[in-house]
Amino acid sequence: MEGIIAQIFNGISLGSILLLIALGLAITFGLMNVINMAHGELIMIGAYTTYVVQTIFINYFPEGLFDWYFLFAIPAAFILAALIGLVMEVTVIRFLYGRPLDSLLATFGISLVLQQLARSIFGAPNVGVQSPELLSGAVEIFSMSFPISRIFILILVALCVGFMFYYFYKTGNGRRIRAVMQNRDMAASLGISTRKVDASTFAIGAGFAGVAGMALTLIGPIGPTLGTAYIIDAFMVVVVGGVGMLLGTVAGALGIGVFNTIFEYFTDASMGRVLIFVLIILFLQWKPNGLFSINTRKLD
Amino acid sequence: MQSEQIQAHSQKKILNCKDIIVKFGEFTALNKFSFHIDRKEIHFLIGPNGAGKTTFLDVLCGLTKITKGKAVFDNDYDLNGKPEFEIARMGIGRKFQAPTIFPYLTVQENLEIAMKQNKKVFSILKAKMTKKEKEKLDKQMETIGLTKQKTLIAGNLSHGQKQWLEIGMVMMQEPELLLLDEPIAGMTEEEEEKTGKLLQELKKQCTIIVVEHDMDFVSKYAERVTVMHEGALLSEGSMEEVQNNDKVKEVYLGSKGAV
Amino acid sequence: MAISILNKLRTKKGLFYLLALLLALLPLMMSNFYINLLGQFLAFAILVIGLDLLWGYTGVLSLGHGIFFGFGAYVMAIYVTIESSNGAVPDFMLWSGMSELPWMWVMLSNPFAAIALAIIAPMILAFILGFFTFRNRIKGVYFTILTQALVLVTVTLIVSQQKFTGGTDGLTNLSTIFGFSLSDPRTQTVIYFITLALLVGIFLFCYRLVNSRFGKVLVAIRDGENRLRFSGYNTSYYKILVFTISAGIAGLAGMMYVLQIGIISPSMIDIIPSIEMALWVALGGRATLLGPVLGAILVNTGTTYFSENYPDLWNYFIGLVFIIVIVFLPGGLMSLGEKISKKWRNFNAKRTNTGTFPEKNS
Repeated sequence: MEGIIAQIFNGISLGSILLLIALGLAITFGLMNVINMAHGELIMIGAYTTYVVQTIFINYFPEGLFDWYFLFAIPAAFILAALIGLVMEVTVIRFLYGRPLDSLLATFGISLVLQQLARSIFGAPNVGVQSPELLSGAVEIFSMSFPISRIFILILVALCVGFMFYYFYKTGNGRRIRAVMQNRDMAASLGISTRKVDASTFAIGAGFAGVAGMALTLIGPIGPTLGTAYIIDAFMVVVVGGVGMLLGTVAGALGIGVFNTIFEYFTDASMGRVLIFVLIILFLQWKPNGLFSINTRKLD
Repeated sequence: MQSEQIQAHSQKKILNCKDIIVKFGEFTALNKFSFHIDRKEIHFLIGPNGAGKTTFLDVLCGLTKITKGKAVFDNDYDLNGKPEFEIARMGIGRKFQAPTIFPYLTVQENLEIAMKQNKKVFSILKAKMTKKEKEKLDKQMETIGLTKQKTLIAGNLSHGQKQWLEIGMVMMQEPELLLLDEPIAGMTEEEEEKTGKLLQELKKQCTIIVVEHDMDFVSKYAERVTVMHEGALLSEGSMEEVQNNDKVKEVYLGSKGAV
Repeated sequence: MAISILNKLRTKKGLFYLLALLLALLPLMMSNFYINLLGQFLAFAILVIGLDLLWGYTGVLSLGHGIFFGFGAYVMAIYVTIESSNGAVPDFMLWSGMSELPWMWVMLSNPFAAIALAIIAPMILAFILGFFTFRNRIKGVYFTILTQALVLVTVTLIVSQQKFTGGTDGLTNLSTIFGFSLSDPRTQTVIYFITLALLVGIFLFCYRLVNSRFGKVLVAIRDGENRLRFSGYNTSYYKILVFTISAGIAGLAGMMYVLQIGIISPSMIDIIPSIEMALWVALGGRATLLGPVLGAILVNTGTTYFSENYPDLWNYFIGLVFIIVIVFLPGGLMSLGEKISKKWRNFNAKRTNTGTFPEKNS
């Protein structure tokens, strides 16, 4: 029983990171019908930003302040990833609206370039980021121990998702995003600047990928190909969750995370992957368009 | 005696629809709509926007599922829940509102793949153009006036030509029931005239249901007209009968007043 | 006379014959090392023809062709390993505590079974995946993502089942086939010509296919699948068939590839190589058959030459080329060629190919 609870906790923890990554993917897919393969490299950028912030703290700040580096790393990772996302949107992505397959391939080109850039700057081998003292160790609840770093990630993701829900459903910008998502031409003719909406939404999604990268530094070492490991799983979250609905992304991410760790617990890591893949294919027999989707009368 | 008569009567009908309800979420697009049509008849569906005309065509060709009710084609073929390709093979052809042709195939190729034939994978794989098929295609291109454009990529045709090509494609399927959604939308007067003549030609071969907004066109070519309003039947009869119907006047004047 | 030959050459088939002739003559003037390399690229060229049939003509993008390619390569490599060691249990199995060949390996010790399975096994896998996705009208881009997941799953499986597959290292001990040494240049030259012959055969097969009525239906599926259903086509079965054929061609390509490179490992069929295969198609020109062949040969030649001498610069360069081609030149190199040749012969406006790839696709 305790084993199961521990697995579910691990599953939710994995799912929450997937969620943070998939959030941006799902929104941009719903909004512009583009799939961003370079999203993984935005994670990598967030992770390296954390590494740089940490290095600065080690070299220029008194030792007692070291633990607080991550408070600076979070906004730094968000802002840098968002800026690079914005540059991507303006230079490449905007030419690819409505061409999801082409966007996937073109952004693969971007990810090749960004990975090489990381290799040129930081070198090919992985680097480790030292976790702050505050976040190491574990808390004991009912004689089971939960790593603090994982709990921190859960809280961080919950805050980000909460912010996203608020932004999406309660603010003027969010309303504009949803309007463009549902009917781009109509929204444009009502005076919404779809260019601004697209670019800013893309940048926010990119920023969250950066935060996810920051979170990953708490779990293990980072390298230029860090994002590749997560990007396919994040795509699967979008497929399972359906397009344009935040709730679907949340359910998809947690579902994949929990099932993944449970399967792994009962079999092994590779069989767990096979089973989750089969499960997703079976799920799509039942819901071909993902958990949540809007029915339309359109032919295509 | 009486039951035989009823049967003979219904044999004449190619399509029998009874109390069809279609809901999209909370919205009711068709509300207990009943409809039937004789063979070789040309029947116009009119009504204000949102009356459910296109939804009805969608139901008939398998694009939209019926929530409740029954639609029977050719006496014993229940349309509900059948996949589009099977309905098409049974003999219902649909022309969509915006011309939907295959833009990177030539005019002839568009007609060639639409042509009535065994469309299962392995028979298409083996298919070779026969002389008879060639003649059929040539004849069809002449009917829709695109003989000169035979080897032109369909995407390069004018809007009106695309409309005719699509009508030609549906005709190549040799349907028993032809569904046309606003066939003259976006056409010049001259093109409208040509389309009207084409319709009268087609009527000799099959039953036609046309959704149309252009009242001049309707009154010129209609035999029977059905007026729909808010997903239900408002009135049915000849154009004259329908025009003098009080309910129709009210709805149309009302909606015209709103515009 | 001269003009009629020139006219023939302007068609894709004519140009392809010219290319094949060139490829047949090249070994006369190249060292054994380069013949072998070129032979590997020809194996890739076989694969991309099948991928073009699927993506360029039918509009279905698979980013999982590395796996089908890998199936062919692994099956052939297992046969060659057994032959090379006279049926002895390979070292990596001994290290994992196995003293006998597993039944899967025993089955592949027959060369005919191995050759057949190298082609059929990927077809079966593709059929199953295709059946469960196309039948349900799962969105095109969802299918593409699922093929990527298939790569991830299969590669993880190959790595973890080390005692059957050699794990991360792959299969490396390939020395003889049918008694001929694989390191003998004469054997390699023969394999080169077999690969070239297969390339010509596959090209002509696909060329006939896309120019038949079946090919027109494929283009119609690409440009308006939903519309085509209303014409009476069950498009799902067409897509399943094309995906299956395409996977079989990839398996054949993998089989020829492994005989020339002499090693197969998971990293060679992973996510990134699988995407790159699609990019060779795009670079050469989708829906042209000839373009992808050129794309595969050109990019691989470039990679071999530059990645040794300027690895960093090459990564930037190829990344940028992919971006630019996809965004601004959807027709690939062939469309550049066509634009030029159009100017040269604008008196003859007759169309020569079926369906240039549309700029918008979903």
